[in-house]
Amino acid sequence: MAKMNMLQAINNALDLAMAKDDSVVCFGEDVGHFGGVFRATSKLQEKYGKARCFNTPLTEQGIAGFANGMAAQGMKPVAEIQFADYIFPAFDQIVNETAKFRYRSGNEFNVGGLVFRSPYGGGIAGGHYHSQSPEAYFAHTPGLKVVIPRDPYQAKGLLLASIASPDPVIFFEPKKLYRASVGEVPEEYYEIELGKAEVTQQGKDVTVLAWGAQMEIVQKAVEMAEKEGVSCEVIDLRSILPWDADTVAESVKKTGRLVINHEAPLTGGFAGEIAATIQQMCFLYLESPIERVCGMDTPYPLALEKEYVADHLKTYEAIMRSVKF
Amino acid sequence: MTNPNNATITTVHTAEFTAGDALKIPTLRILRDDGSLYDGAAAPELDKATALKMYDTMVFIRVLDERMLAAQRQGRISFYMQCLGEEATTVGSAAALDDKDMIMAQYREQGALRYRGFTLEQFMNQLFSNEKDLGKGRQMPVHYGSKDIYYMTISSPLGTQIPQASGYAYAQKLRGLDNTTICYFGEGAASEGDFHAGLNMAAVHKAPVIFFCRNNGYAISTPANEQFVGDGIACRAVGYGMKALRVDGADILAVYQATQMARKHALEHNEPVLIESIAYRLGAHSSSDDPSGYRSKEEEEKWRQNDPISRYRLWLIEKGWLDEADDKATIEKLRTEILDALKVAEKVAKPGIEHLISDVYAEPIPALQQQLDELKAHIRKYPDAYPVTAGRLD
Repeated sequence: MAKMNMLQAINNALDLAMAKDDSVVCFGEDVGHFGGVFRATSKLQEKYGKARCFNTPLTEQGIAGFANGMAAQGMKPVAEIQFADYIFPAFDQIVNETAKFRYRSGNEFNVGGLVFRSPYGGGIAGGHYHSQSPEAYFAHTPGLKVVIPRDPYQAKGLLLASIASPDPVIFFEPKKLYRASVGEVPEEYYEIELGKAEVTQQGKDVTVLAWGAQMEIVQKAVEMAEKEGVSCEVIDLRSILPWDADTVAESVKKTGRLVINHEAPLTGGFAGEIAATIQQMCFLYLESPIERVCGMDTPYPLALEKEYVADHLKTYEAIMRSVKF
Repeated sequence: MTNPNNATITTVHTAEFTAGDALKIPTLRILRDDGSLYDGAAAPELDKATALKMYDTMVFIRVLDERMLAAQRQGRISFYMQCLGEEATTVGSAAALDDKDMIMAQYREQGALRYRGFTLEQFMNQLFSNEKDLGKGRQMPVHYGSKDIYYMTISSPLGTQIPQASGYAYAQKLRGLDNTTICYFGEGAASEGDFHAGLNMAAVHKAPVIFFCRNNGYAISTPANEQFVGDGIACRAVGYGMKALRVDGADILAVYQATQMARKHALEHNEPVLIESIAYRLGAHSSSDDPSGYRSKEEEEKWRQNDPISRYRLWLIEKGWLDEADDKATIEKLRTEILDALKVAEKVAKPGIEHLISDVYAEPIPALQQQLDELKAHIRKYPDAYPVTAGRLD
C-alpha cells in the first residue's frame, strides 16, 4: 500500500495499464510532455514514448473521433477531455458513434477498451464552464458506461476496470478531490467491478445515496444526523450507467427512506431516474417521499456558488425531513 | 461548360502531388525593433490622437495585467489571464475598426476591450465578480462583455465564437449596416471544428467578417508545431476561398494597416477576410499555468526582446508625439489608479441572491422561483453558513 492522492492513483492506474498492455494509449490536450493540465498523465510520455502518450490538437470532436477509430482497430485509447464542460464538441462522436458502434454493425465492429477520462464538478470557483457535472446527458445514451470514483482507491480500481471493459466508458473524475482526497492505495494492479454500488456505511433509518465528490458532502450530513440519533445507510453508486438498482433497493427496503444527492441540476438529473426505479421496486416499503438534494435548475454560478450547491446542510435537512415525515 | 464540382479543372496527364507546403504566406512588417520603418514600408495614416490612444491602451493593459496577476497571487481574485507580448495585436486591430463594429473575442483581448472604452471600474467589477459587474458575477475573471461598446461577452469553450461571428456579420449585411464583425481566436482554437465550420459558412454566405487569428505559439503547453503541420493558419483561409494576410503581431503599425485593409475589403465586397498575427504568449496561459514545465527561460527571454510596446514608443518619440519623461510619470500614475480601483471593487458586495435565477430565461420559470424561495428559507435557518447573502435576503 502507498499513500496517494486521486491524481497519483489515476496516474498509477494508467502507468500499470500501459505497462501491462501495449495497446493502451493516452492522449488529449496537453497530455503529452506536460502530463495534462492536472498532471494525471505525468511522466507517461517519458516512460512509454511519444507514440503512446501524446498531445493532440485542440479539438474535442477530433479527440473523440480519433479514439473511436483507434478502438475500432482494436487498441485501447484512454482519451482525456480537459474539462467535462468541454466534452460537448465531442457529443456527436460519443453519442452517435462510440455508443452505437457495436449495435449498428451487428457486432461486426466495436470500440470496447475506449475510455474517455474527464474532470468534472464544482467547488473550485470555476463558474459555469469549469464546474459542470454532465453525467445525465451520457446516462441517457445506451451503449455507454458512465463511472465516477469518490477517492484514490476507487479511482484506480474503477479506471483499470474501465480500460479492461469490453464496452466504452466515460470516466468522470471529481477534480475538486484530485489533490484533496488522499488515501491508501495498493501499488499492484486491481480492478473494481463496474456497475456495482458500494454500501460505505450500514444504517437502519434512512438510505443516503451519492457519487463522486458528493460522497464527502453527504458524509458530513450523515454525521450531523447521527448526532440527532438518526442511523444512516450510505451508498456510493460509483457507476451511473449501468447502475446498481438492486443494492439501492435492498437498502431502501430495510430503511424505508431514500435521500439522493448530486451536483448536477435537479431537473433531468440522474436522481430522477433512481427515484422512479426505486419507488417502483420499493413502493410498499417507503415511509416517506424520496428526497433529491441537487444543484438548482440554473447554470453553475460563480459568485453565489456556496448558495447554489447541494451542500451538507441541505442534505442534512433532507435527511431530517425524510425521517420526520 | 458547367462546373458542378465548383473546382478548377486544369488538366495534366502525369500524376503529380501538390505539396502540403506549396502555399507560403508572407508576413507584413512595417516597424523595426528600433522604432524605424523598414525600407520600402510606409506607416499607415494615423493622426496623433489615435496614435497616442493606441499607445496609452497598450500601456494601460500592460500595467493592468501586472497588477492583476499580482492580485491573483495575493488571493484577492481567483484567476487571471495576461496578454503580455500580444498588446499590439488586439489594440492595433481594434483601432482600425469603427466603434460599432462587433468584437467577438476569445479571452486574451483586453487590449481591444480597453480601446473600445471599457473603464477601469468595469474591468475591476468583472474581475471581482461583484454586484456592479455587467455579467452579474457569473463568469470567471477576464470573461468581459459589454453591449454598449459592441463587445460580445466571452465564453470559455474555445472557438465557439467563430461560426457565431459569421452569423453576426451576415446579419449585419442583411440589415444593411455599414459595419463588420471581428472575430479573435488563437492558433489552438483554430483546431476546433467550429473554426472550419465558421470559415466555410462565412465564405459560402459572403459574411463581412474579419477572422483574426492570434498565433502566439502556444495553446497552454502545446506548441504550435504539435498543433498543426501546415504553414500557420492563414493558408487555411485560402483553402476556404477567402483572402488572407499575415502580420507581425508585435508591430502595431502592421496590425493596424492589415486590419484597415481587411475591414475595407470585407465591407466593400461582402466577404470574409482572415488575418494571422504572429506573436508570442510571453506570460503563462493563465494564473493556473506554469510554463517552466514546457518551455525554457531562454526561449522566453528571446521573445521578451521583441516587445511590441517599446518599438512603438520609440517610433512615437521619434515623431515627437511622446516625451520619455512624461511617459514614466504616466505609468506611475496608472499603477496608483489601478490599485485604488482594485481596493474599491473588492469591497463592493456580491450580486444579490435573486441573480441566482435571473437571466436563465427572460423571466424566471415557476420551478426556479420555487427553488429560490426554498433556498432563502434554508439560508434563514443557517445564516452563518451563507454569509454573502444571509444578511440581505429581501
